[in-house]
Amino acid sequence: MGKITIPEEENMHPGHIACLGCGGGLAMRYTLKALGKRTIVSVPACCWAIMHGKHPSFALGVPLVDTAFEVTGASISGIRAALDAKDIKDVNVVGFAGDGGTADIGIQALSGAVERNTNVFYVMYDNEAYMNTGIQRSGATPPGAWTTTTPVGTTQDWKKGAKKNMVEIMVAHDIPYTATINVAFPEDFIKKLQKGIDIDGPKFYHAFAPCPTGWRHPPELTVSIAKMATDSNVFPLFEVEIGKYKITRKPKKRIPVKEYLAIQGRFRHLPEDEVEQMQRRVDREWELLLRKEEFTADF
Amino acid sequence: MTYDWDPKCYKDLPHTAIMDRPTTHIKTGVWRTYRPIVDKEKCTDCYICWKFCPDVSILILEDGSIEVDYDHCKGCGICAEVCPVKAIEMERER
Amino acid sequence: MPKMVITVNYSLAYGAKLSRVEVVAAYPITPQTTVVEKLAEFVANGEMDTQYVKVESEHTAMAALISASLAGARTFTATSAHGLTLMHEVLIWASGSRTPIVMGNINRAMAPAWSVWADHLDSVAQRDTGWMQIYAETNQEVLDSIIQAYKFCENNEVLLPCMIMEDAFFLSHTSEAVDVPEQSEVDAFLPTFDPPEKLDVDDPKGFCSLVMPDWYMEFRYLMYEAWNKAMGVIYDVVEDFEKKFGRNHGALLDMYKCDDADAVLMAAGTAAATCREVVDDLRSKGKKVGLARIRFFRPFPTEEVRSLAKEVDAIGVLDRSFTFAHGGAFFSEVGGALYNSPAKPALKNYVAGLGGRDITPKTLSRLFEDVLSLPENGTEKEIEWVDLKDAPPEEVS
Repeated sequence: MGKITIPEEENMHPGHIACLGCGGGLAMRYTLKALGKRTIVSVPACCWAIMHGKHPSFALGVPLVDTAFEVTGASISGIRAALDAKDIKDVNVVGFAGDGGTADIGIQALSGAVERNTNVFYVMYDNEAYMNTGIQRSGATPPGAWTTTTPVGTTQDWKKGAKKNMVEIMVAHDIPYTATINVAFPEDFIKKLQKGIDIDGPKFYHAFAPCPTGWRHPPELTVSIAKMATDSNVFPLFEVEIGKYKITRKPKKRIPVKEYLAIQGRFRHLPEDEVEQMQRRVDREWELLLRKEEFTADF
Repeated sequence: MTYDWDPKCYKDLPHTAIMDRPTTHIKTGVWRTYRPIVDKEKCTDCYICWKFCPDVSILILEDGSIEVDYDHCKGCGICAEVCPVKAIEMERER
Repeated sequence: MPKMVITVNYSLAYGAKLSRVEVVAAYPITPQTTVVEKLAEFVANGEMDTQYVKVESEHTAMAALISASLAGARTFTATSAHGLTLMHEVLIWASGSRTPIVMGNINRAMAPAWSVWADHLDSVAQRDTGWMQIYAETNQEVLDSIIQAYKFCENNEVLLPCMIMEDAFFLSHTSEAVDVPEQSEVDAFLPTFDPPEKLDVDDPKGFCSLVMPDWYMEFRYLMYEAWNKAMGVIYDVVEDFEKKFGRNHGALLDMYKCDDADAVLMAAGTAAATCREVVDDLRSKGKKVGLARIRFFRPFPTEEVRSLAKEVDAIGVLDRSFTFAHGGAFFSEVGGALYNSPAKPALKNYVAGLGGRDITPKTLSRLFEDVLSLPENGTEKEIEWVDLKDAPPEEVS
């Protein structure tokens, strides 16, 4: 008999209406396993605003408020203020938003909440496009990707420009704690969230959450692709604690970026030189991360 | 599908849209095209399938063995993919 | 009961303090700034036990308060003009989630052209957001209205938000003597906020959820019922308030010398205060005129307007906003209320005082005379832009 390596308690019910193999579903399941029943969740417009069910059905075992698209940071600030007003200290407040709701339309409210040093968790479950509305590009869509608003066409009109680096934006806020997490590594995912319980102030998590529907891959590959993202250094796992970087997984055998791209339909059109360029960028960013870790080791 | 808690008129509604019924009554198992079949002989009870199920549809029984909740399993196949001993086969639903 | 000489902005802050607001979220904007400053001072000095979220926009202020209110806290903010219109989306979210938030809005003109002076377009444009709207006339009314508003908004039959309007500078920055009640008196009048449902880890529920077309309309109908009940609750609260504090600023429609009037002018905000003086003056000259002050624009006093229509020959409606429509919003609503009314007095619209232009007693006196003449002269000119410079002034020789 094996060992259960993550909390057994479930705070998410089956019967939610996520697509098959949804990475966002796993992200919520792990988040609630990590933080437990004494947690209030705020969800803006995103896949999860639908996935948790329609009135009166409800997939979570903790209280939730659905909010407007751009206000997650505001909503969690309000909940924390209300709890503080009532002197309730042992409840976790979590903003759980997609990449568009975080990196694009919600970035102002998030920035404000972090700047105010609000004692909250913020999980950006990143499926790298506006998936709930049908796969439109967001500021977190990686360069090269096909989406319905970067449809490639006959003019190589794939996503141009970099993926917004939310963790670095959070570091620039001097945030007490920020980390990347990945649904393929639930133990690390949960450990980093639980670490945040004892940190007073904002905690920002960039959660990698593949979307079979939008990424054009078979649903059974969600976890495998997510693992490849980290093991190819496309999505490194690390944390930053008051400016101090720590890489939490250093892949022993690095997978070529090409292999990660090859199993996703959204990158099918990419010519060889674009793939090579992507490999170079991933290598450069990994090198930069290693140096940040080294440079901040004594912090 | 109707339920005994379904509102009959507006007077049965809460003052605003409040959700309080666990989604377990929604049988997402009907979505399934492929059905995971666990080979109990091969299964080592490592719970990796349980860990990675996005639909909370792998159950750990009291004796420590696992069982698929076919009422809710959507048949995504992650469990078969992550199984280290290949104890789960995806079979086409008839 | 201590009397203080304070501006309306301080009346707002004192009103929030006396109401024991638990969460404030606010963002500065001219001419509201002294409200947020005074509240910050109260909190910093420990005079107010309140969580003050110093947000990065008005949109965030309102969004934060909605979630705070859903978590069971009494909430307050104040804003003006562009701040209010930035909130538009979340104003509807607030009423739909049935959060009884109370807000002060200093009525300021919308740009362009840039203006910081009094004009009602900012709040009139929020007419359809599901918020109650009070247009205040005096500093005392502002303070009292906050305490009243929490009482009727938090009534479990109502659960709707309320914004209280103050004309920029004419009211916001004008000092008047205000009776500031003792905390114990307000505590005896205003119970603590106890919503029927809230975000609670011991009773986990989801709020503001997805509703399919089969029930959406019924949730809206529940709000329609709440609006209808709200009118009765407002009358009760106003009566209770008068018993407790000895002051009555009117309920939905505030009548002044309308009983035997031939002609009535309907106005809101500070223009109504000037109207009172003019009514007194004209009455002394034997002219039977009255003022029907629109205290509540939402809920709209339809029945009150219809009752008034039975008693008078002519009604003038003063709009301190131009809504880019046929007439001003107040005028359209009064006209709408009268369409199915058996009594149909002559009705005329006066668009006046936009962007903070003075509405003087002289002007109002002329308007009252004009309303008196309507039954005889007719309403061919249905909408008048008051004191418009529509021709070069005549040269004085």
